[in-house]
Amino acid sequence: MSHDLYVQLLDLACGLLLITSVLVLWRRELTVIIRVFALQGAALAALVAVLAVRDGSVELGVVAVGLLVLRAGVLPALLRRALAAAGEQRRDVRPLVNVASSLLAAAVLALLGHAISRPLVALAPSAATQAVPVGMTVVLIGFFVLVTRRRALSQLVGFLLMDNGITAVGFLTTSGAGPAVELGVSLDVLMVVLVLQILTTRMRDTFGDTDLDELRELRD
Amino acid sequence: MTPLLLAPIAVPVLGAVIYASAGWRRATAGVSAASAALVLCAAVTIAVEVVRHGPRTALAGSVRVDALSAFMLVVIGAVALLATAATPGHLRTEIAAGRAGARTAARHCLLVQLFLAAMSLAVLAANLGVLWVAVEATTVVTAFLVGQRRTRSAVEAAWKYVVICSTGIALALLGTFLLNYAAQHAAPGAGLDWAELTAVAHGLDPDVTRIAVVLLIVGFGTKAGLAPLHAWLPDAHSQAPAPVSALMSGVLLSVAFYAILRVKVIADAALGTGFAQLLLVVIAVMSLVLAASLLLAQRDYKRMLAYSSIEHMGLLALGTAVGGRAAIAAVLLHVLGHGLAKGVLFLGAGRILQVTGTSRIDQVRGLAEREPVLAGCFGFGVLALIGLPPFSLFASELGIARAGFTAGLGWAVAAALVLVLVIAAALVTHTGRMVLGAAPEGPGAATAPRRAPAFATAVLVVGLVACAALGVTAGPLTPLLSLAADLVGTP
Repeated sequence: MSHDLYVQLLDLACGLLLITSVLVLWRRELTVIIRVFALQGAALAALVAVLAVRDGSVELGVVAVGLLVLRAGVLPALLRRALAAAGEQRRDVRPLVNVASSLLAAAVLALLGHAISRPLVALAPSAATQAVPVGMTVVLIGFFVLVTRRRALSQLVGFLLMDNGITAVGFLTTSGAGPAVELGVSLDVLMVVLVLQILTTRMRDTFGDTDLDELRELRD
Repeated sequence: MTPLLLAPIAVPVLGAVIYASAGWRRATAGVSAASAALVLCAAVTIAVEVVRHGPRTALAGSVRVDALSAFMLVVIGAVALLATAATPGHLRTEIAAGRAGARTAARHCLLVQLFLAAMSLAVLAANLGVLWVAVEATTVVTAFLVGQRRTRSAVEAAWKYVVICSTGIALALLGTFLLNYAAQHAAPGAGLDWAELTAVAHGLDPDVTRIAVVLLIVGFGTKAGLAPLHAWLPDAHSQAPAPVSALMSGVLLSVAFYAILRVKVIADAALGTGFAQLLLVVIAVMSLVLAASLLLAQRDYKRMLAYSSIEHMGLLALGTAVGGRAAIAAVLLHVLGHGLAKGVLFLGAGRILQVTGTSRIDQVRGLAEREPVLAGCFGFGVLALIGLPPFSLFASELGIARAGFTAGLGWAVAAALVLVLVIAAALVTHTGRMVLGAAPEGPGAATAPRRAPAFATAVLVVGLVACAALGVTAGPLTPLLSLAADLVGTP
């Protein structure tokens, strides 16, 4: 792969990563959000695949396939199942922040992401590390979704966006932290989603709803 | 050596397999405690080995014990033994009251065993990445323990617990990746192994390391119950079954704090002592202010104990910020003392909840009249918690304060002492109302057998006696403590 093509593909994957995060902020329909999230998983896998081709690394290639299966296949499927279990509640009707302000916040978060990433880029400037600010921005947008959405399921998507961003930063800076750690991290994320999916079902059984505003029994 | 080092992980996994296959019955009721006892034995043997022959490794260096990990293993074993010994009695009462079935009991024991294995793995791991995986695994296995009762509040607590802890620990993952990045540029091939990280720490890029350290300390601080991401703690601790609260408060918080101790060693070498110190002092004072303000008007005694855990984690953060051998030795002693005292108190609180049927402070009156031994244990436990002699928390708090004044952090220590006094006053007032006075009529009547099971009471007394003995003399633990303090205290 020529260097120019490599940089273009890398930028394309990172661009997709960023656009999908903004789309999650923009759309309210949970089915759409889950589809967008699956697309982002594919973009993340593509990003790792590009790095694998550049390095000629079989190990990274395997990781890319694993990421594709987990983040574009298994996790969205779990989210869809949780959504089906939640019944009628398909729209995040009353987010704490409206769409226009959310998009504005995304712009501010992108600036913040760039500011935080400056030392990271400066340490070893390369095409891959130049893309780190995108990963940081995805982390921040994920955190924003997590704290401003009221549906249990959209909070879960926020957590997963954060996790996609962190994984992207990890691969862009160091091509991963070793197979044992990668596998452990993926398994942990999968388990967290499973646990939260079961809790969503329980929440609906006990509260009749997955609106997190209902969570106010415990308070000081 | 390898089997011994792996025993603290393998034994609880085996225990979990037993519960998965045999379920909860008379024969398996004791397996939990037996497994914890074996973990404690292994921990003590490992500690002796480490004191005599220095750090040990197994499995091609992926498992490594030095004095600090050995000490943490002893804490895990001791508090686990306390909690699991009280578990059968607790579960039998729950089953008798119809709040749980044999299936819930079996699942409870299985998850607790996995919980122990994950905590042991966290302190045995030679690699920051594996440590991260183990700490996150504790969140996954304890989620259903927190939500065990399936009431509205239990589900709410479990949801908040998983979301906040996973988010916090995700920040630590980002910090881990950034530290890995800095390490690979300092020395190609260096990874996340603690020994390698410490060796290259002087050459780490300061700007990247600074971001990584903030993320790691805030991230693991979330799991340790430190401000600003402490919000899960009072909910989870108040909703979890008593033996689980005892384990979470007594050891899980400290295991997460152990990660902060390790990170501080690297931060001090890479950035000088000032950076981590400032960060930890801010976090410590925030946690103490928070605990003090929410304890004053607390109405629920399990939440009261939970906020007290935030206070003690704040004190640990303060001691770690002070740094130096004396402060770190005091911090480690505090970890063990707090584990024992808080373990006893949560087990006692669980028993009080079973006896009175309420967790509200104002509905528990005259406990000393109805349940003198239980009330005594709870009362003395609170005295231990506020740091009265002879309990070991007196010695460790004194050690932290003295080291703090010597290290020039007098203002922070003075502020902390004022807050600790406020907290002590609040705890004593609330507990006094519960323990003393005349017993109420009507609601709050017994929902459990009046006579406390002798064995469960004995467990509480043993825990308190151990905490007091530790305060009089750290005894055979002294060499281990000073070796561990060397690891963290001298950069």
